[in-house]
Amino acid sequence: MITLKVNGHEHQVESDPDTPLLYVLRDEIKLNAAKFGCGLGQCGACTVIVDGKAVLSCVTPVLLLDGKQVTTLEGLGTIEAPAPIQRAFMEEQAAQCGYCIAGMMMRAQALLQRNSKPTDEQIRAELEPNLCRCGTHMRILRAVHRAARLMDTADASSTIQGSAQ
Amino acid sequence: MTGLPRIIASVIGGVVIAGAAAGFAVTWRPAIAAIELPAAASFDPALVKRGRELAAIGNCNDCHTVRGGKSFAGGLPVPTPFGTIYSSNITPDAETGIGRWSEEAFRRAMRSGVNRDGQHLYPTFPYDHFTNVSDQDDAALYAFLMTRPPVNAPARANELSFPLDQRFVIAGWKLLFLRHGTFEPDSSKSAEWNRGAYLVEGLAHCGACHTPRNGLGAERPNAQFAGGDVDNWHAYAINANSAAPIPWDADALYGYLRQGWQPDHGTARGPMAEVVSNLSSVNESDVRAIATYMASVFGAPTPDRKNQGAEVLAQVKAPAKPASADAAAVQPVEINAAGAAIYAAACATCHETGRALPYGGVNLRLSTALSSPDPRNAVNIILSGIRPVEGERSPIMPGFAATMNDDQIVSLLQYLRSQFSNQPPWISVETAVAEARRTQTVFLQTSPGPHNAPADATQRDKP
Repeated sequence: MITLKVNGHEHQVESDPDTPLLYVLRDEIKLNAAKFGCGLGQCGACTVIVDGKAVLSCVTPVLLLDGKQVTTLEGLGTIEAPAPIQRAFMEEQAAQCGYCIAGMMMRAQALLQRNSKPTDEQIRAELEPNLCRCGTHMRILRAVHRAARLMDTADASSTIQGSAQ
Repeated sequence: MTGLPRIIASVIGGVVIAGAAAGFAVTWRPAIAAIELPAAASFDPALVKRGRELAAIGNCNDCHTVRGGKSFAGGLPVPTPFGTIYSSNITPDAETGIGRWSEEAFRRAMRSGVNRDGQHLYPTFPYDHFTNVSDQDDAALYAFLMTRPPVNAPARANELSFPLDQRFVIAGWKLLFLRHGTFEPDSSKSAEWNRGAYLVEGLAHCGACHTPRNGLGAERPNAQFAGGDVDNWHAYAINANSAAPIPWDADALYGYLRQGWQPDHGTARGPMAEVVSNLSSVNESDVRAIATYMASVFGAPTPDRKNQGAEVLAQVKAPAKPASADAAAVQPVEINAAGAAIYAAACATCHETGRALPYGGVNLRLSTALSSPDPRNAVNIILSGIRPVEGERSPIMPGFAATMNDDQIVSLLQYLRSQFSNQPPWISVETAVAEARRTQTVFLQTSPGPHNAPADATQRDKP
């Protein structure tokens, strides 16, 4: 049996080891943020973060993930306390139908974790594997910039508090 | 210093001394007078257009453009066993490009590897092939480049150690290896074959990647097209030693070079993706000519090879067995059981659907990467996948660098090799995986654009 660490919690996975992570997340662990789009790793709707990197969960069998840390959108924030990336997407109204947005946010989050001030060019290149058919690309782009600023402010405030103590 | 570099260094040393003895005359080349940049309107538009196609056949943009940079402005680091050489700016900028070069100076660079100032150029610029380019074609290339937007981009200093950083050393290299007129038309062959030979041996410089090089970095004439290295990819043998499970013929080559994928062979990727991307934009007849000539270089397959190819095709077309059952039955070895499970779970969903290219994954029995003696291409493709071409019908594959660790990739590769090729196991797959992961990062930072193999332009706008 495979042990999967999702959003900080350990799960003993009962599905077959060759089951895609997406199915395990949605059907077994009941985390429904990651979406089934194409099932072939071609649209990005199923993107989650594994050990800090954006990963297409529909083509990632759980047998590859023993001992790795999986983060889904549910692991970033809640409705009451949304994470900076979630706040930014809401404030920019970056969703239309919203189906791609969980994947977009996860890939953007992975980018912002290693590059806190990405350029337009870098965001476009990074999000290239994720498709949006409604056409909210410009809002998504703005939302990622906004998230970068929000995260920056959050970091700065914690530093100020830290030095004040 | 280990053995090989020491030997190389001592040979180079010998060349240096020999060069000095032969005297000034061997190394010295005069500067060619600077000109004022000719007005774009002074070039015949038809000539410029021809030059654009020739530049595409020559794949000039691939080395002379960095990722995200301006076209032809140079600066791409080209790693060689001797150090890193940076490509030059070939836009018509007066200060940093070739804006002050006359056509004569351009022709001399192509023919003899000497810049306008009279300095010898490193043979990373493949003038050992370009020496075969005709005067008319040089004129068209010159017209094309001199009408590009000028970009002010100073050359980056090469990272070479003494004595290789001394350009007179190159004169010695040329004495040893630069042969003019290595292409001669063969009147017993068709015009198309001769056209192909002229392009392949000259401007298209296929051998620059596909021919192995000797200790001094020159192509080995007696191993022409026997397979070489480029950017941590293996450029396959494209002669009788080809590892392709299905023998290549002129039609298959044409399809592959033109559209970037071919149903019985798979998809162009890595540096070859740039090449086919360029070839999709040129005159069809030139691609046809290249295919015709290369088919004769591959040669007619032996009856054995032909039969093996037919067998593979029959297997591919047979109804697919469930991959997991297959794997469990055939693979008792533990390491391959791990590989078989990964294949069944992560790969077979696309590669065993029987769906035709470009949307389905190629049946891996057809894969040259898995039959090749060198595992690097298979490793690279597992790590980084294949990116689709914007607006084109083209293959796509997700990369697995973030989800598979090195051990998992090694198991998978060993399984794929045992299952889908009739070749002995690869040795040192572990090293290949570790090395690919390291160089992939570097390559992705510097390589030009996320382009990949284009679809045939005639298929644009089709479903």
